[in-house]
Amino acid sequence: MKLRMVAALLSLVGLMVATYLYLYKIGIVGTMVCGTGACELVQTSRWSRFLGVEVSLLGVLGYLAMFGVSLAGVQPALQQRRWPASALLLLATGALLFSAYLTYAELFLIHAICRWCVVSAVIVLLLFLVAFYGWRRGRAS
Amino acid sequence: MAAAPGGMKPFYTALGVVAVAGLGAIGWMALRPHNSVAIPVDVTVLAADTAGFRGYLLGSAQAPVEVTEYADFQCPGCQRFEMMQFPTVRRQLIETGRLRWRYRDFPLDNIHKHTRVAAHAAACASDQNKYWEMHQAIYAGQPDWESAGDAAGFFHRYASTIGLDVGTYDACMTSAKYAGRIQASQNEALKLNVGVTPTFLIDGKLYPGGLTSDELKHLVDSLAPPPATP
Repeated sequence: MKLRMVAALLSLVGLMVATYLYLYKIGIVGTMVCGTGACELVQTSRWSRFLGVEVSLLGVLGYLAMFGVSLAGVQPALQQRRWPASALLLLATGALLFSAYLTYAELFLIHAICRWCVVSAVIVLLLFLVAFYGWRRGRAS
Repeated sequence: MAAAPGGMKPFYTALGVVAVAGLGAIGWMALRPHNSVAIPVDVTVLAADTAGFRGYLLGSAQAPVEVTEYADFQCPGCQRFEMMQFPTVRRQLIETGRLRWRYRDFPLDNIHKHTRVAAHAAACASDQNKYWEMHQAIYAGQPDWESAGDAAGFFHRYASTIGLDVGTYDACMTSAKYAGRIQASQNEALKLNVGVTPTFLIDGKLYPGGLTSDELKHLVDSLAPPPATP
C-alpha cells in the first residue's frame, strides 16, 4: 500500500517535470530554467522526438499512466488486488528502458546533459525499484 | 489489509502539495517575462542601415549568374523551397561557382506575425558570421514555431544550438538594430512589385513563386553554359 502511495507521488513529480518540458517544446514556456546544463541543445536535437512524437509528450502520457495505476492501486477496493502492482511494474520497466535509451543519446550521441532529463531518469529509476519491490512483495504474500 | 479511509488523508495531502507546488512552478515559468522581443515595422530607413549591405550572400563573387530571393521566413512555400530544393541548388550550382545566391527579407507582416522577428534573429546571427546556419535552423523549425504564441524563445534556442554567443545574440535582438535593414529589404521588394514569396530575381526578370532546382539549373545553363569538358 505504502509503496503504491510512493509510486503515485513519484509519478506525479515526474508528470510535472515532463509537462514543463513539453510546454517548453511547444513554445509556451519561453527559455528553459536549466542552470549550467545543456537543456536547449538536448531539447532541440533530433532525439527529442521518437517516431515523430515529442519525447516530452510521451513522458507526460507515461507518467500519467503510472500515476493513474498507482492511485487506483491505493483505493480500498483494489488494495488487495495484484494487477495494479503488475501493471505498474510493466509501465515502469518500459519507462526505465526508454529512459536508458535517452540517457545513452545524451551521453554518447548529443554529448550534452539536460538536468531535467536527469531528474526524470532518476524518478523513473526510483519508480521501477518501488514497482519491482511492491510486485515481489505481493507475489511472496 | 486495506487502509482505513482516514489513513489516506496524509497521502492525499501530500499529493495535493506536490500538485499545487508543481503547477505553481510551471505557471510561474510560463508567465514570467520571456525576454520577448518586438521588431518595429515601417521604420524609417537610415543610410547606415543599408551601408554596404544588399542582402545575405552565398557563393563566389565571380559566379556568372546571381539569384536574388525575396522570401519570408514564415511562408510555407519558402520553407518548402529551402528544405527540398535549396540543398540541391547549393550543391550543384553555388558550390561549383556557377551561381551566387542573394537572400533578401520580404516579411509579410499582415499574415505572418513572427516573420520579422525571425528575419531579425537571422540578422543577429550574421553578426557572428553564422547567418546561413541560423537561416537554415529557422526554416527547418518553422513547423514548430509558426503557431507558437512567442517565437523568440525558439530562435533563442536555435542561436544556442548553432553555437552563437547567446548573450551577444540576446543583446542584438533586444536592440532591434536591424529593423531598418529588414525594412529596406522589404521596401526594395515592394518597389520591384514583388507580390508573393518566394520570388526570384534573375537577370532582371522576376519569377514569382520561385523555381525548382531543375528549373534553376536549366536557367543557369542557358544564361552561362558550363565549360565544355574535353
